[in-house]
Amino acid sequence: MKRWTLFIPLVIFFLLGFFLWRGLYLNPKDVPSALVDKDFPEFSLPTLLSQETKTRDDLLGQVRLVNVWGTWCISCKVEHPFLVELAQQGISIVGINYKDDNDAAKRWLDDLGNPYVFSVDDENGDLSMDLGVTGAPETFILDANGVVRHKHQGPITKGNWGPLKTIYDGLVQEANLANGLKQEPNK
Amino acid sequence: MMNLMSAVRFITVLLFMFGAQVSLAIVDGHEYVFEEGSAIENQSRAQLFKQLAEELRCPKCQNQNLADSNAMIAQDLRRELYSQVKEGKGADDIVDFMVNRYGEFVLYRPALNEKTIFLWYGPIALLVLALLVFIVVVLQRRKAAASPEQAVKKDNESADENISAAEQQRIDQLLQAGSDNGQSTAPHKEGE
Repeated sequence: MKRWTLFIPLVIFFLLGFFLWRGLYLNPKDVPSALVDKDFPEFSLPTLLSQETKTRDDLLGQVRLVNVWGTWCISCKVEHPFLVELAQQGISIVGINYKDDNDAAKRWLDDLGNPYVFSVDDENGDLSMDLGVTGAPETFILDANGVVRHKHQGPITKGNWGPLKTIYDGLVQEANLANGLKQEPNK
Repeated sequence: MMNLMSAVRFITVLLFMFGAQVSLAIVDGHEYVFEEGSAIENQSRAQLFKQLAEELRCPKCQNQNLADSNAMIAQDLRRELYSQVKEGKGADDIVDFMVNRYGEFVLYRPALNEKTIFLWYGPIALLVLALLVFIVVVLQRRKAAASPEQAVKKDNESADENISAAEQQRIDQLLQAGSDNGQSTAPHKEGE
């Protein structure tokens, strides 16, 4: 037997050790979304405030945040003031009111301000199930073609908005570019 | 008292199953009734429901299946699973439905593909490798034991029970001579 072969078990040990050590620093709650880079699912739901029916088509044409919220969800309350701030900056946010009591939800928007262009009333959680939502709040960033480009679990705060803003700005730029290309032949 | 009650319950369940061609799946203390199809269909649906509730992982929880978890999402998914099984959908369709929404995270029994092939066959491959190494080592030692003179040259440890005292002495001499300087001989060493 050649001498170097004696080191094979040691090498295997270090390889295994390396992977196990790396595993210590992975976040087990980081579940990759199955929906990223896929079309936002079709839906047809009434809005919370006017009972007007909205569908997927109403999301197209603009980069949007789609925010899943509920009055029963404490982190949503933490997140809410910052969403209001983002809406004031001109960011289009659509709400999905997830398995909520309608009256409580309306009161919430009255009291805390309404950052949403509209909120659909997902009473049974069907749309949220199609979105793979596991809890609230969750926020999806959609491009102008209605494709989910990013998913954020947990509240959006000043602290974690930075990288999300980069994604958002990138998509706005992408949309402007696509618009420019489409419009140029007409001009 | 409890025994009597559970016996009564068991009989009711049996009566239900054979009388009205209804099947029951009891998951996490809840009863799920399957009564839409024929008796055989209902039975296999109840079985499928139980199997999938145990095999699908609650996406919100770290290590609970749909059957065990009380998280809101797990309750919703159990309901969805129940209605899909009742409609007569197959296991593959239902698993696809879940994976399309929640990712492969929900599978306690991951699908076999290029990403998971090591997960499935890695342990067997390692075991086979270990067996091969073991067999090779054993065969080599046997060969060495069968022909001691050759073994001394190749591997003096494995064969040292088979050499005579005179041979051992000579080996020791040679080793001593070689240990200080590979090229020096015994007389040289004494002179130094």
